Amino acid sequence: MIVVNNLVKNFGSLEVLKGISERVKPQEVVCIIGPSGSGKSTFLRCLNLLETPTSGDITIDGKSITDPKNDINKIREEVGMVFQRFNLFPHMTTLQNITLAPMKVKGLSQKEAEERAHNLLIKVGLTDKAHVYPDSLSGGQQQRVAIARALAMYPKIMLFDEPTSSLDPEMVGEVLAVMKDLAGEGMTMVVVTHEMGFAREVGDRVLFIDEGIIVEQGTPAQIFSDAQNERTRAFLSKIL
Amino acid sequence: MEHLIKVLPQLLRGAVITVEITSLSVFFGMLIGLFMGLGKLSKNPLFKLPAVIYVDFIRGTPLFVQILLFYYGIPNLVFQYTGNPFNIEPMIAAVVVCSLNSGAYVAEIFRAGIQSIERGQMEAARSLGMNHSQAMRYIILPQAFKRIVPPLGNEFIVLLKDTSLLAVIGVIELTQSGRLYVASTYAAFPAYIGVALVYLVMTLSISRLVDWTERRLGVSDRRE
Ligand SMILES: Nc1ncnc2c1ncn2[C@@H]1O[C@H](COP(=O)(O)OP(=O)(O)OP(=O)(O)O)[C@@H](O)[C@H]1O
Ligand SMILES: [Mg+2]
Repeated sequence: MIVVNNLVKNFGSLEVLKGISERVKPQEVVCIIGPSGSGKSTFLRCLNLLETPTSGDITIDGKSITDPKNDINKIREEVGMVFQRFNLFPHMTTLQNITLAPMKVKGLSQKEAEERAHNLLIKVGLTDKAHVYPDSLSGGQQQRVAIARALAMYPKIMLFDEPTSSLDPEMVGEVLAVMKDLAGEGMTMVVVTHEMGFAREVGDRVLFIDEGIIVEQGTPAQIFSDAQNERTRAFLSKIL
Repeated sequence: MEHLIKVLPQLLRGAVITVEITSLSVFFGMLIGLFMGLGKLSKNPLFKLPAVIYVDFIRGTPLFVQILLFYYGIPNLVFQYTGNPFNIEPMIAAVVVCSLNSGAYVAEIFRAGIQSIERGQMEAARSLGMNHSQAMRYIILPQAFKRIVPPLGNEFIVLLKDTSLLAVIGVIELTQSGRLYVASTYAAFPAYIGVALVYLVMTLSISRLVDWTERRLGVSDRRE
């Protein structure tokens, strides 16, 4: 589904990703952990070209996204992204947030888009919030709307960048529950997270990234209970 | 007092001209400003460079000089090159110069407004498959517009007052109306206090209008 080959990303003279190669299989849920500043977000953002890789290539569903001939916007339609700070559009209601891209990008009629949005709101449990603005929603509700908004494009892959780390603790569960459902339906997901419970329960694989390389990877059980690398163990001992 | 009453109709006729020039210039200034503001933000030097030069030139020179340059300078230049006498209608010169002038300030207001929208908004829009112009049109500009209403209103008040400089090219706007009255009656105080009061009424009205617009727009966006 996703094939990453020797991905390098520099910001000026700072080398943030130092050659990452990785494959994500269809329906796989991959969790990424690692210290702050290690390049987790940058890696994720390269997967939908919010950051342009310095070198290396990325193939999604057989199409090279790093090939400048391919249409970035078309590729992004198939890769949903959920951000740490939700990034809902504050001047639009929940419903408008969800219907905008399907209408403007996919050319759906308003009726079709609203039908789609309605079903997604059922899925994230927010049918009663269709007509309110984001500022009157709690953080957990906003993030669920953001997930529904991304899903409205019917993406093949969903990327999550620390989707629960700016939430109050009591709201983390509701967002993780939605993500767990999504994984259960067979969505291919790449999730940067520090929720070890989620990684253990829902993740098929865990990648530990440090200083721009994948230091170690394996099943959640292997990584959490039986890490081979010293750096992985040191990191885990700090957060577990 | 007697003079004040006598001068008033004349001043009001001048005020109409002032309002006409200001509204037209505000309209064209907004158009120019939007494109120049976007130009300044563009990565393409073909759009960026002209916008930067234009804004720097206008903001770096006095409006008074711009009026003189356009009204007297351009005809002179044309005459030099073609040998044909060439004149510009004062009203047209007034609207052109004021539009170009306010366009540069509005461009800066637009640029700052657009840049004040947090990066995540553009990223969210792009991650949904929108192209750059769709993201600008549906996400960034509507939010930026709300933020720039107060500085835009301020710019219009400044422009309205600065149209008084147009007296120099013989446009009979509000200030020039006062001067003409003084020239024939020597009643300088009543005439000029009248002029000042009429400006005051107009500028206060605009700032009330701006406050009202701001409140109306604020309804859907209480989050800051
Ligand atoms: N646009 C940018 N320009 C310059 N440097 C950047 C940019 N984005 C990220 N960086 C740098 O790249 C490094 C990796 O950042 P990244 O956001 O990928 O880390 P992270 O692993 O996601 O960290 P965190 O857990 O804090 O989110 C950091 O040193 C960061 O300062
Ligand atoms: Mg990060």
